[in-house]
Amino acid sequence: MSDHILSWMTFFPVIGAAVICFVPKDRKEIVKTVAAAAAAVPLILAVQLFRDFDRTVTGFQYVEHYEWIKTFNIEYFMGIDGLSVPMVLLTAFLSFLCIIASWRIDKAVKGYFALFLLLEAGMMGVFCALDFFLFYVFWEVMLLPMYFLIGIWGGPRKEYAAIKFFLYTLAGSVLMLLAMIAFYYNVTDPETGGHTFNMLHMMDQANHGGILDVSNIRFIIWIGLFIGFAIKVPIFPFHTWLPDAHVEAPTAVSVILAGVLLKMGTYGILRISYPILPDQAVNFMIPLAILGAINIIYGAFCAMAQSDMKKLVAYSSVSHMGYVLLGMAAMNSTGINGAVFQMFNHGTITAMMFLCVGVIYDRAHHRDIDGFGGLGWQMPVYTSVFSFALFAAVGLPGLSGFVSEAMVFLGAFPVHRTIAIVSALGIVIGAAYVLWMLQRVFLGPKNDKYDELPDISARELITLVPIGLIVLLLGIYPMPVLNLMKASLNHLIKVVAG
Amino acid sequence: MSLEILNIPSWSDMGRFIPEAIFFCAFLLALLGDLVARRRPVVPFVIVLAGSLAALAFAVTGLCAEEQTILGELVAVDGMAAFFRVIFAFVAVITVLFSWTSEEIMGRDREHKGEYYALIALMTGGMMVMAAARDLLMLYLSLELVSLTSYVMAGYMRNSLRATEASVKYMIFGAVSSGVMLYGLSLVYGLTGEMSFAGIRDALAAGEADPLALLTISVLIFAGLGYKIAMVPFHFWCPDVYEGSPTPVAAFFSVAPKAAGFALLIRFFYTTLTPVIDRVDFPLLIAVLSVATMTYGNLAAVRQDNVKRLLAYSSIAHVGYLLMGFLMLTAEGLQAILFYLLVYALMNLGAFLFVVAVNNSLRSEHLDDYAGLGFRAPWIAVMMIVFLVSLTGLPPTAGFIGKFYLFAEVIRREWYWLAVVGVINSAISLYFYMKIAKAMYFAKTPENAPKVTVAPLHYVTMAALAVPTLALGLFWGRFKDLADRAIEHFAGL
Repeated sequence: MSDHILSWMTFFPVIGAAVICFVPKDRKEIVKTVAAAAAAVPLILAVQLFRDFDRTVTGFQYVEHYEWIKTFNIEYFMGIDGLSVPMVLLTAFLSFLCIIASWRIDKAVKGYFALFLLLEAGMMGVFCALDFFLFYVFWEVMLLPMYFLIGIWGGPRKEYAAIKFFLYTLAGSVLMLLAMIAFYYNVTDPETGGHTFNMLHMMDQANHGGILDVSNIRFIIWIGLFIGFAIKVPIFPFHTWLPDAHVEAPTAVSVILAGVLLKMGTYGILRISYPILPDQAVNFMIPLAILGAINIIYGAFCAMAQSDMKKLVAYSSVSHMGYVLLGMAAMNSTGINGAVFQMFNHGTITAMMFLCVGVIYDRAHHRDIDGFGGLGWQMPVYTSVFSFALFAAVGLPGLSGFVSEAMVFLGAFPVHRTIAIVSALGIVIGAAYVLWMLQRVFLGPKNDKYDELPDISARELITLVPIGLIVLLLGIYPMPVLNLMKASLNHLIKVVAG
Repeated sequence: MSLEILNIPSWSDMGRFIPEAIFFCAFLLALLGDLVARRRPVVPFVIVLAGSLAALAFAVTGLCAEEQTILGELVAVDGMAAFFRVIFAFVAVITVLFSWTSEEIMGRDREHKGEYYALIALMTGGMMVMAAARDLLMLYLSLELVSLTSYVMAGYMRNSLRATEASVKYMIFGAVSSGVMLYGLSLVYGLTGEMSFAGIRDALAAGEADPLALLTISVLIFAGLGYKIAMVPFHFWCPDVYEGSPTPVAAFFSVAPKAAGFALLIRFFYTTLTPVIDRVDFPLLIAVLSVATMTYGNLAAVRQDNVKRLLAYSSIAHVGYLLMGFLMLTAEGLQAILFYLLVYALMNLGAFLFVVAVNNSLRSEHLDDYAGLGFRAPWIAVMMIVFLVSLTGLPPTAGFIGKFYLFAEVIRREWYWLAVVGVINSAISLYFYMKIAKAMYFAKTPENAPKVTVAPLHYVTMAALAVPTLALGLFWGRFKDLADRAIEHFAGL
């Protein structure tokens, strides 16, 4: 297994999904166990990866390189570097926890877990693929399971949310498809002289030719790619699918959506747009920083206006992804390391928040912030856990969110001074909406309606505590993750910003 | 016109004509069998099925044969004809199989079941000739053979008002457009004095043909064949005919005659127009037609509640995508078309097959009646999702690969706006394909909804389409090579 560790991580869930299809319909426990086992294997491999990954190498490791379609030079080419490792770890970790968190799913169990595993495979593939064609296939493979997971197991407006998510993402990814084909025909493989989908060849500017020599066309391709990725992040004004999808999706799916799927957008920009079109990336620094600031401020204000907890968390994601953009726009080592670290931290912290919202929704069957009150007396353990997650989201020193946000600002301040100062307002607004929600839900007079609510269960704690530990640990000592990515990211910055 | 066509074809020529001959024999035998074994449709069914399978086997073995022309240059036996033979024979096998499980065709009160199978055989044979025709005379004859047969098949349910309307509409449109095409053909003959495609090409290349005349000819001939492939603005018959005719017939129509129309388009235009393409605004003409066809098809499909009509409009949209490959008359573009036709045959037949299965139990094609089918008939519903995803053009299905090659060619030729319109259309199409998925999976099963029962043969046929639809999305290299070779081995170019 250690030879093809990335392939195993990607395709083991597919095997699990196939097995699930043949389990009898009424043996729900078996289905769930198979799903958990299928998700556990990538997690174990991820731990191994974390242990063995060489932190000093800038290039790709664990490379698997095979011919796939010879006549069109499409390759099965997988590999990871410091940019993808944190994402791979995050995917394996959250997918496993989400399977556990979905234990109480009762409707069409087989379908749910099979789709979930397919989703995991797609996500893992995106973070490992180094052939653009392969990347695109994985990117799209994810959409269909997501569509059904929202549409079948979602809330009241699930149909609308599901198709909106699907249409938005597809509209973005078809632009990426065109960009991909344009790269293919204008990048030459230095070894064979033919066209290529190999991202490493695409990253080498010496291989560019044809229309890629025209800077206007490079700009158009950059924009096409950017829109594709921006929809996924989501960057204002392409963010409107996100609140709908999050609100309607079942808890575990929201976790994956916010924890992993959103990262694909920023990952795509860093993996594809930056190194392949570095000149355009540099030109786009200021617009990107402005978009980041808009995301931070606008997302935070929207979050403040929400009365639905899940919607609040969804908009807080928009805001937090803004920090990632700001860090990326800084184009220096601190900024970009902070951005990727923020991607990782947002994955863990938002996952906690969504899981916490799920806990209360399972009991009270609504998520109206004003519908509770004084829950702190009724559910003390739950209150502590949720408060912990919320403080992490605010960026309380000592928790991981603080480190990455601080890095982002440190990186952005010398480059985009005004924008960074304006964005810092987002932290204040962030504190405001979080504390305000905390106050309305957990403090104040006790609502008699909820006298019978049981506190958080052991199974729910099992999903929350590991994430909480990671958040705490990385808040105190962030080096385990920062060390993973430093070498590759500094190399990336050198390539892009010169 | 050369006198060579008066040559009596030799027996050795006939050896290259086996799949066609099998279909024509099957047609006659099925009629005879029907006459002898009255009221026992199994006889013509078995005859035509066996014939189609045998023809498929011969067609597959004939894929690698060397190219040549037979019947005194009237008909080509080359890579492309061989490729299309395989498609047609395959479509015939599938259609025959699922007609047998269709209540619309085999229902108790239905008469003349034997004729139905005979007509399929005749039409398939005609289409094979169409894909091989390399002479104006043969072009017209084969086209009419196919058309006349299809009018009868469209009106097969002759007690149904809708079917009769469909048949009449089909015929009137067909007659008008073949008249228009005939006029175009007469202009060609007047301009060049040649009947064979190769002769026309040489005459056009040698003479200084007027660009306007060339454009007129292109437009007129496109009109005739455009009707066959349901290209905007010659598509009006398509939704009505599909809705009115029995579903298996609609499925057959949505794939086979379209493929045949494309075969003829490719052979005629690729042979005759390639040397003079610079003199005509051919790419722009095609680009406009392509955009109009796909956009109209997709936008109209969005509003449909009847699944058959929806698929009819979607098939119009697919013609739009296919036309993109026709843009510059390049070998790569035509190879993309061929590959896409293969993929399209799989996924579109599959989608229609699902409609047949549902119709057998529910007697309805309305989207509202599809509610909860994902749980009432899980296996075929999952296969339907595969087909729908493939029709949308998402990986990892064959539909994505097919579209990928079409778009790749458009971008390579630097027609960026066309590519952008094309992908936006793909995104639009997602909406209505997912409308079916939505009805099947997201809507609640109504109470006292009838049970859906699916015949075992139906499962097998559907799986025979679903598995390749998925497999070709992952390992398509070999099949793409077939399509590539089909265009490379193009007789008389």
